[in-house]
Amino acid sequence: MKNYQYPDERGHFGEYGGRYVAETLMPALLELEEVYAVASQDPEFQREFEYYLKHYVGRPSPLYFAERLTKELGGAKIYLKREDLNHTGAHKVNNTVGQVLLARRMGKKKIIAETGAGQHGVATATVAALFGLECEVFMGKEDIRRQSLNVFRMKLLGAKVTEVTSGTATLKDAMNDALRHWVTHVRDTFYVIGTVAGPHPYPLLVRNFQSVIGTEAKQQLLEAEGRLPDVAVACIGGGSNAMGLFYPFIEDLSVKLLGVEAAGLGVETDKHAASISAGSPGVLHGNKTYLLQDDDGQIQHAHSISAGLDYPGVGPEHSHLRDIERAEYVSITDIEALEAFQKLTHIEGIIPALESAHAIAQVMKLAPTLSPDQIILVCLSGRGDKDIHTVADALRVEL
Amino acid sequence: MSRIKATFAILKEQQKTALIPFITAGDPDLEVTAKLVLALADAGADLIELGVPFSDPMADGPTIQAASERALAAGTTLKGVLLLVAAVRETTQIPLVLMGYYNPVFRYGVENFARDAAAAGVDALLLVDLPPEEVAEISGVMLKSGIDLITLLAPTTPRERMARLAAAAEGYLYYVSMTGVTGAQKISPEDIRVAVAELKQMTDIPVAVGFGITTAADAKAVGSFADGVIVGSALVKIIAEYGQSEKLLSEVTKFIAELKHGLTASAS
Repeated sequence: MKNYQYPDERGHFGEYGGRYVAETLMPALLELEEVYAVASQDPEFQREFEYYLKHYVGRPSPLYFAERLTKELGGAKIYLKREDLNHTGAHKVNNTVGQVLLARRMGKKKIIAETGAGQHGVATATVAALFGLECEVFMGKEDIRRQSLNVFRMKLLGAKVTEVTSGTATLKDAMNDALRHWVTHVRDTFYVIGTVAGPHPYPLLVRNFQSVIGTEAKQQLLEAEGRLPDVAVACIGGGSNAMGLFYPFIEDLSVKLLGVEAAGLGVETDKHAASISAGSPGVLHGNKTYLLQDDDGQIQHAHSISAGLDYPGVGPEHSHLRDIERAEYVSITDIEALEAFQKLTHIEGIIPALESAHAIAQVMKLAPTLSPDQIILVCLSGRGDKDIHTVADALRVEL
Repeated sequence: MSRIKATFAILKEQQKTALIPFITAGDPDLEVTAKLVLALADAGADLIELGVPFSDPMADGPTIQAASERALAAGTTLKGVLLLVAAVRETTQIPLVLMGYYNPVFRYGVENFARDAAAAGVDALLLVDLPPEEVAEISGVMLKSGIDLITLLAPTTPRERMARLAAAAEGYLYYVSMTGVTGAQKISPEDIRVAVAELKQMTDIPVAVGFGITTAADAKAVGSFADGVIVGSALVKIIAEYGQSEKLLSEVTKFIAELKHGLTASAS
């Protein structure tokens, strides 16, 4: 694992990744790749990116030792990387700042995005407002219902929210419609993809923008404990907070990387979103990766109580890390996530996003099996305010 | 000589433009599709593009998305489409091009697909989301099976790239008439004429134009300079309207005849 250098120059992570898009979009992707290659070597771009992360997003985000949770579980020490404390309440904004700065370099005046839980949509609308760019967000009808608060936030921020009714009316269909819009307006529009999926170079640039999570956490943990964690844990929908956390640790082989997918009602049922744990390789949304699909190659419906994990695919780099066994992938059910949501809220006074609650639930299983001198680093990718209605419904509480 | 080459050679000799209808296989079901293929061939189609339905047709507008959904709801699979091709091959020698997305082919297994498609009588394959950057993973296998891979070119394709892709093209070149999804907006024949003229400087391979050609007038305009005209959404709309109705075949035949008439007029 020394000298981990992925993706290759064609955007492949081993067998995965690539650029599986219509010809109309290829020139735009090649241009984006070039612009990013130059920007990533340009100290001025890096300085600008860091400036906004510090003064606008509020970075570095704290690394918090969850002392009461640690004591309650009676095992490894648990550290939370507090991405929930970022401006807009999740890790998503790290990436939208980076991509919108690229869009400005390319002279694009219009920004589009897809969103599931609405976190990426809000983060994109926020940065578009900051720079005075026109913004349109594609969101499934079902998710608009589940995440009405975020829909209103996006509208307040000046974004147009376009309801997507095709297919399952969730994140995958929002991405289809965003791609359809992009193919039509590719000349003046920048597509801000919210996760480490999509065609090359998106998985690369989203990972790099998000890797501030792992880079900071590593530094912070070295300061607090003088050593690296034993395990790094993060939830996985597309997998951007996980890639952001994992990437700076990839060559540190003593650190076990653990991705947590959404098992929905259970991976043995047909209602889950665990593409790696229960899917197979295929091609969707511009990249080759693990997907939920039937024998005919038709994409299947995903299910998760968490809108942000409700996606039938996963970023291609995770597929690669699984195949080379550098990372391990497990899954957590809706019920387990709900329990973890309540536990963290009760015991630490931190309301996690339902997405992040999946990672916490895995930590609750894992910590008691480890010794008190071991360390778990978990990415608390977002705050749970947006999920209050969903949780109340699930707990049968009338608001 | 392949069926596609032979067809374009004859048309060239007769100074005619190829009429290439697109229909989604399995819409409303495969039995009707078989009848439609034969009706299209009888009505004057020169090649036929058969859409393989996919759950996430990212390059398609609402009309073909809906056709895909109807076909999948009717239980259509890639295997079923290949059986359909084998069945109609007993009656017609019209070139048949399968058009769709990569995942069903990938899932079927590229080698298995090439073997079964060639045996069924498929002439070419057009995968919208398998651009030249990725096509190497199937091109060797398809070449061995004698299945042409159709290359798409778009208004956004730079000139140098166009020349490179045109030089490597097989069968015919599919020029996408506008930046957008299938069946989207009105086309601009003048812009297309300029692009096609440039393209024809670069290659001897026939150039067919598709995406957004909806009327006999469009077909006539584009047919005056292109080697082939592809009509999809407009035809799929008729299939959506008449579905299982007895009138379906006569309505489709009427529409194809109108297009054909437009093309004949433009040639003379």
